[in-house]
Amino acid sequence: MAASDAQNGVFSVRHAFGNVLAFFILLLIGVLAFSIRLFSVIKYESVIHEFDPYFNYRVTQFLTKNGIYDFWNWFDDRTWYPLGRVIGGTVYPGLTLTAGTLWWILNSLNIPLSVETVCVFTAPIFSAFASWATYLLTKEVKGAGAGLTAAILLAMVPSYISRSVAGSYDNEAVAIFALIFTFYLYIKTLNTGSLFYATLNSIAYFYMVCSWGGYTFIINLIPMHVLLCIVTGRYSSRLYIAYAPLVVLGTLLASLVPVVGFNAVMTSEHFASFLVFIIIHVVALVYYIKGSLSPKMFKVAVALVVSVGVAVCFAMVAVLIALVASSPTKGWSGRSLSLLDPTYASKYIPIIASVSEHQPPTWPSYFMDINVLAFLVPAGIIACFSPLSDASSFVVLYIVTSVYFSGVMVRLMLVLAPAACILSGIALSQAFDVFTRSIKFQLPSLSDNSQAGEGSSENVVPNDSVKADKTEDTSKERTSKKSKKKEKEPVEKPLSKSQIKKRLLVLPLETSVIAIILLVLLGAFYVVHSVWAAAEAYSAPSIVLTSHSHDGLHVFDDFREAYAWLSHNTEVDDKVASWWDYGYQTTAMANRTVIVDNNTWNNTHIATVGTAMSSPEKAAWEIFQSLDVKYVLVVFGGLVGYPSDDINKFLWMVRIGGGVFPHIKEPDYLRDGQYRIDSMATPTMLNCLMYKLSYYRFVETDGKAFDRVRRTEIGKKHFKLTHFEEVFTTHHWMVRIYKLKSPKNRIRGKTKKSKSKTSSKTASKRNELKRNPF
Amino acid sequence: MSKLIFVFLAFIPLLCTSFSPERPSDRRVLVLLDDFAVKSSHSLFFNSLKSRGFDLHFHLADDPKIALQRYGQYLYDALILFSPTIERFGGSVDAAAILDFVDSGHDLIVAADSNASDLIREIAVECGVDFDEDPASMVVDHSGYAVSATEGDHTLIASDDFIKSDVILGSKKIEAPVLFQGIGHSLNPTNSLVLKALSASPSAFSANPKSKLTSPPSLTGSSISFVSVIQARNNARILISGSLSMFSNRFFRSGVQKAGSPTKHEKSGNEQFFTELSKWVFHERGHLKAVHMQHHKVGEANEPAIYRINDDLEFSVEIFEWSGTSWEPYVADDVQVQFYMMSPYVLKTLSTNGKGRYFTSFKVPDVYGVFQFKVEYEKLGYTSLSLSKQIPVRPFRHNEYERFIPAAYPYYGAAFSMMAGFFIFTAVHLYSK
Repeated sequence: MAASDAQNGVFSVRHAFGNVLAFFILLLIGVLAFSIRLFSVIKYESVIHEFDPYFNYRVTQFLTKNGIYDFWNWFDDRTWYPLGRVIGGTVYPGLTLTAGTLWWILNSLNIPLSVETVCVFTAPIFSAFASWATYLLTKEVKGAGAGLTAAILLAMVPSYISRSVAGSYDNEAVAIFALIFTFYLYIKTLNTGSLFYATLNSIAYFYMVCSWGGYTFIINLIPMHVLLCIVTGRYSSRLYIAYAPLVVLGTLLASLVPVVGFNAVMTSEHFASFLVFIIIHVVALVYYIKGSLSPKMFKVAVALVVSVGVAVCFAMVAVLIALVASSPTKGWSGRSLSLLDPTYASKYIPIIASVSEHQPPTWPSYFMDINVLAFLVPAGIIACFSPLSDASSFVVLYIVTSVYFSGVMVRLMLVLAPAACILSGIALSQAFDVFTRSIKFQLPSLSDNSQAGEGSSENVVPNDSVKADKTEDTSKERTSKKSKKKEKEPVEKPLSKSQIKKRLLVLPLETSVIAIILLVLLGAFYVVHSVWAAAEAYSAPSIVLTSHSHDGLHVFDDFREAYAWLSHNTEVDDKVASWWDYGYQTTAMANRTVIVDNNTWNNTHIATVGTAMSSPEKAAWEIFQSLDVKYVLVVFGGLVGYPSDDINKFLWMVRIGGGVFPHIKEPDYLRDGQYRIDSMATPTMLNCLMYKLSYYRFVETDGKAFDRVRRTEIGKKHFKLTHFEEVFTTHHWMVRIYKLKSPKNRIRGKTKKSKSKTSSKTASKRNELKRNPF
Repeated sequence: MSKLIFVFLAFIPLLCTSFSPERPSDRRVLVLLDDFAVKSSHSLFFNSLKSRGFDLHFHLADDPKIALQRYGQYLYDALILFSPTIERFGGSVDAAAILDFVDSGHDLIVAADSNASDLIREIAVECGVDFDEDPASMVVDHSGYAVSATEGDHTLIASDDFIKSDVILGSKKIEAPVLFQGIGHSLNPTNSLVLKALSASPSAFSANPKSKLTSPPSLTGSSISFVSVIQARNNARILISGSLSMFSNRFFRSGVQKAGSPTKHEKSGNEQFFTELSKWVFHERGHLKAVHMQHHKVGEANEPAIYRINDDLEFSVEIFEWSGTSWEPYVADDVQVQFYMMSPYVLKTLSTNGKGRYFTSFKVPDVYGVFQFKVEYEKLGYTSLSLSKQIPVRPFRHNEYERFIPAAYPYYGAAFSMMAGFFIFTAVHLYSK
């Protein structure tokens, strides 16, 4: 007893020391997560990136200026003209509210930062939070050592960096933190059985619902896990406490978010949670009855309940199926359907398929985005199975589902990244654990003063395994207080057993050393790759482009040039038409009304613009005129070789336009099944507005009209515009702005053509007569 | 130098009284002639203009000094081309300059004739008037000709087929037929801007009277127009006539008797016809302006920045007509306002108080979006009015919905009874033993 006390004393000192160390490591991880995302600010400038972040930035500006009620009720008349958009009811407000609150707090502390600065740095700050949340989650699963490893992996996983560099002010920036934190609280509740954590879990879930449409992942994954636990016979009251309050409170809170509203109870994405909610109650009832009845009576009761229950279930399933089948999309939204059936979107919804981040990823992108983690994940899964707990089974389920989803959509690689980090963290820490323990047992001289020893991981891990055991103990104690003491003994026994086991699991010294060196090398490779990805691959803001060539660095700032031109040279109420990609930027940077933007809520409206772009000039003019459009903006990369320009997006304009207006037929634009703009192009293609606006006067640049993106000379070089006039072309021709000509002041006579022929004949005769005397 | 300043000073009042949106009548008119003889032979027409206060500047069409604008400012408000045979204008004037002159809102009178030059034809075509392609052709009418002492070739035609518009031709009916002798033209029926002011009878045709008719004439019947008027989209007005002699003193003075008609008129209708027509062309009549387009919620005075769906609003606009000297209230019962978003959601006829103010009130439709108040008024002879004012319509705010709906009371009852029941159940369960 005394010896154990002394041991406890040593442990508590080590424990405290480990805690302090862990705290500082976490602090450093936070700093790392923040600072690795600052490459974009250092290399470029402190700007908002890409497309969607501009909208979020604009919304945040509105929020800080007008307050939360006006934001909630904001009807935006400067976009989707003339329909307008109810921003308050169609936007996930989490990110905006977060940044707005940050700004408000800073301002009330007399730190006068601009809204833009706050927005730029929101994502890095939240990635630090996300790595801390990862630490907490992994700690719940496999102890603090694994937690720290997972946190440091997440701090610099390229997939997450790509969405959270400074300036990438998008929903995912805060949503990944919310996602991990929700999972952490779920696991925490599952481990402790505390209603307090269950309530916190619902609130975290609410924050996630506020932030990102990806919350459906949570509300499907957790029920799946609960079902898994029930099926594998792991039902406990802790599971009930972890799940039931989440569904009730979570659904109530979710329906408070305007953009979700009644969807929280009416769409199929949420039905799984309700079904599992029913099942868990049935199971709970069964367990309760089992405890209070004699086995014989129980059998009778089971027979009764099963027969009644089957009938009720059957009826309910029938009702549910009827309800779901009565809606045209079977109750699923298009994006969710494309998750389940990867070919759904490309077959039926061109507007979803047209977004590059909704495409399935290629294999190299896995290596690019999660790098060595892809190899560590299987080891992590194995580690999770020895021994399998509720928490580790959850992590396994998480990785399995997210691997599937990431295989469907590139964008969901982001959901995979935390799971991969957690499992790799577990794998690495377990490996280090095994190897360092082997070394320790074989070098008894070292084992005495091991605290001062090799690496931080070695220091932390043994402490943590003890600590994890302790927390497990305390939690068990808390639950056991009420009823049974039985549980305590079996807990003690495997502990001592595992101590013996550990002694047996010893690897040869050389193997261990080599393995550790190899693992460290692997980690180093990961760090190098991540830093490279952060610095080179994912830091470009995409509104400012750079290219390296033999004569140095070229900066293409055409987008901002064009938007600045619009804001300085057009009337405030003028409408600008462009393909929807540039809608958010136009409203945010040029402050002009747009017809369609990146919130693709109205397919018909987008199809109208697509139709205009793929129509001949006159028809396009009429469409634009009916929408009160004054200016048309096209993005053209042919001069500098910028590949994501409007000609390359043109097939989507045709498809989306043709989907609604059948007179646009895709085969008219195709030669041998390809979109071509060279001399083989079809006449429809050469006469459509997009071709004309892109290549108008292009031949004047090099005399040959060589398009550097398509690597060909264009089909029709010399033509005039009749209904549009060029008003602005940026320095590198990347953005071209045209103005609609007003209708002719006079209408010409009808016989102009034939007349001009005859009159030119007579005129030429006369001219000859006239000229002769001179 | 001082002389120059003096000239300039003398010019100032002229500049001030020139054409402006506030005083739309023309003042300074440039007249281009083939020959100064026209000035005296057509003096009646010119004098009627002068007597109405126009400031006529006569020049030969090939005068090298003529210019329509100087330093980007137009020197004249209107142009009369009485030079049907001119091949090239002098100075900086050419067809494009004249069309630009029209496109910047100025008025034009063109008189062609048989053997009209290509230049005049080109100007006419640009305005939507197609003269007979045969330059020597004239309009011949063997039943609607004017009776004269000599039998002739029936190219002197007495026509009384006027455009039916009091705005263009004045409220006083033109009793006597109008004499015409010259080239006919046709109009594109799809062209909505051009109108036949004086058209031929169904028996007319266009041919060269000196040669024998070998093929069917290209222009026949009432599709032939003698005089056409055009109101461009910018409300510039153009008069194109197929005959210069119609404007002459001889035609103004001569008596007329239409073949087959027993009445012989002492004086042809030409003078009245062209006087009234020139009043219209030079914006002394039929010129409208709309001002003070206003809207506000019922019971409020200020114009809101945004409406809510189902708001009741009042709309008003003031429309005046230019009488030649002052703005008079315009009275009509067919002015309409649209509440428009891609298509009109509300279309209402405005009522007027007789003093120029038009007003109505209606309920904003139950649709949110960016709407426009549109007043588009296009009436024969009048300048077209096209006004629009953008106004967004928003949905209800979160606190503008009804808070308690009677139909939902069972659900409220269910919720509260559930809560109470749960509370009682908990109390009983916890403290029953």
